[in-house]
Amino acid sequence: MDRIPILQMGKFLLVTIQVDLYDRLALNLESDLVQMVSKTGARGVLIDISALSIVDSFMGRIIGNIGSMSKIMDAETVVVGMQPAVAITLVELGLELKGVNTALNVERGMALLNKKIGSSGDGDNQEDQQDDTGTE
Amino acid sequence: MILVLNKDVMAIGNERDVVPFRNRVKEHAVKIGMSLVNQTKLITAASELVRNMLRYANGGVTNIETVSKGRENGIRLTFLDKGPGIKDIPQAMKDGFSTGKSLGLGLPGARRLVSEFDIVSSPGKGTTVTIIKWKNG
Repeated sequence: MDRIPILQMGKFLLVTIQVDLYDRLALNLESDLVQMVSKTGARGVLIDISALSIVDSFMGRIIGNIGSMSKIMDAETVVVGMQPAVAITLVELGLELKGVNTALNVERGMALLNKKIGSSGDGDNQEDQQDDTGTE
Repeated sequence: MILVLNKDVMAIGNERDVVPFRNRVKEHAVKIGMSLVNQTKLITAASELVRNMLRYANGGVTNIETVSKGRENGIRLTFLDKGPGIKDIPQAMKDGFSTGKSLGLGLPGARRLVSEFDIVSSPGKGTTVTIIKWKNG
């Protein structure tokens, strides 16, 4: 059965979706990711959708589910790399992707994850926290 | 007066057919020079409708046509199924209404993404949804 690979990098899980998703594949990704979060104790999930040319309501729901499921397992989710045309379409479709963090690209996504995890109290992130208050 | 320049018929029997169908729609849209944003809207709407067809009617037949009206070209997609049909179309067109477990954005969302949207359904006989996205629409 087809599967989308999930990579572990330190405290994070990385997923790069490189193929067009059909429903089964998206559902498999959802359950694989949640199981991986539990198995690895990951604190963050980064999903790169830059290769996805469309996101419809079903895929949007899956992305939202991944976000909420990870959340209740104490992991943050960041979706990165959304194409502009996809963003325009999603808004018109009426899908808000509530509760999912997004970032422009992988680099900023990783920075966001680091910040989120730092601010949830790992100790050595005083600098990051000060940055937080500076920008808000 | 809408002229049909080109017609392609594709049967949808299971979810494996969805990706090739989307690709075929994209090919047609690219051929008439539709912008990327409009292509994305059209394909997203098509994806919603083809999923409805699979979920509620176990599949059906789609037509992909290149059409022209005056100086404007566009893509017309028709989704024909022989499923249970829709009892209350105005209700089905409301945001957030779903008899399945979805978000209920399929039909109303698809309508917002395209230039023209038409739905005909008779309970017990099936449903036909027709959408058009004009190249500059």
